[in-house]
Amino acid sequence: MSTTTEHVEHAEAETHGHHDEHSTHKSTSYYVKVTLILAAFTALETTTYWWPKSAHTLAMVTLFSMMALKFIMVVSLFMHLKFDNKIFSWLFYSGLILAVLVYCAFLACFQFFSS
Amino acid sequence: MADLAVHTPDTGDHGHDDHGAHHTSTGLSNNKMAMWMFLGSECLLFGGLISTYMLYRGRHSENLGPDQIYDIPFTSVSSFVLLMSSLTMVLAVSAAAQDDDRNTNLWLTVTALLGATFVGGQVYEFTSFYQEGLGFTTSLFSSSFYTLTGFHGVHVSVGIIMLLATVAMVRRNRIPGQKAEVVEMVGLYWHFVDIVWIIIFTLVYLIPS
Repeated sequence: MSTTTEHVEHAEAETHGHHDEHSTHKSTSYYVKVTLILAAFTALETTTYWWPKSAHTLAMVTLFSMMALKFIMVVSLFMHLKFDNKIFSWLFYSGLILAVLVYCAFLACFQFFSS
Repeated sequence: MADLAVHTPDTGDHGHDDHGAHHTSTGLSNNKMAMWMFLGSECLLFGGLISTYMLYRGRHSENLGPDQIYDIPFTSVSSFVLLMSSLTMVLAVSAAAQDDDRNTNLWLTVTALLGATFVGGQVYEFTSFYQEGLGFTTSLFSSSFYTLTGFHGVHVSVGIIMLLATVAMVRRNRIPGQKAEVVEMVGLYWHFVDIVWIIIFTLVYLIPS
C-alpha cells in the first residue's frame, strides 16, 4: 500500500517538476533582450579604458558594478538558478564565497608577511 | 517491510533509464546536482588563478606590462563573441526542452563555432604577445597571465568538444535518458565558462595596473 502511495507521490512530484522546468524556459525575444543588456554593459565597461585618469574612482565603481550585474544576470537567467531549486544556488554560491575568502586570505598573507 | 517497499524505486534506477526519470532522495536530478557541485569547485580553481594574477600583475619589465601589450578593442570583440555564444546556448537548451532536435543541433553548432572563434582570437593574442617578447617565463606577470587565460582557453576548448559530441549524439539519437537534461548540463558548463570570462575581462584587461 505504502509502495503505491510512494509511486503516486513520486509521479506527482515528477509531473510538477517537469511543469516547473518548462516554465523556466522563456521566449527567444526574452533571451535576446537579456543579451542586449549584457552587450550594453560590456560596451560601457570597455569605454572606461579611455576615461581620463581623474575619473579613476568612477571607472572602478562602474567596472565592478557592471561585472557583478553581468555575473548575476547570466547565473540567474541563463543558467536558470533564479527559477531552480535553492540547493543548486547553495552549492554554487558556497564555492564562490569560498573562492572569494581564499582570495582575501591570500592577499592578507602577502600584506602581513611582505618584507 | 514498508522501508523495503519505499526503497524499491531507488534500486531499480536502471529500469527507468529509458525515460530518464530517476528517483532520488532529494527529488532532484543527481546529474544536475553533481554539475553544480563541479561548478562550485571550479570557482575555487579560478579564484586561486585570479588571485595569483592580481598579486603578480605589477611584476614585469618597464616595456612589457599590461598597459603596453593589451589590445582592448580586440579583447572586447572576443568578449562580445563569447557573450553571443551564451545566447545561442540558452536557445539550444530551450529548443531541447521543447524536443526540437533540429533547432537544438543548429544552436549547439553555432555555439561551438562562436567558441572556436573565441579560442582562435586567444591563440592570435598569445602569438602576438610572444612576438612582442612576452614569453611564459619572461616575468611573474606573464606567467600568471598565460596560466590564467590559458586555463580558461582550455575550458572553452573542452566545452567545444562537449558541444560537438552532443550534436553528434542528438543526431544519432544516442543520448540515454532525457535529452533536454544532457543539453542543459552542457549549457551550464558553457555559461560558467562565460561568467569566468566576465570576471577575467574586467579584472585582467580593464582595470589599469
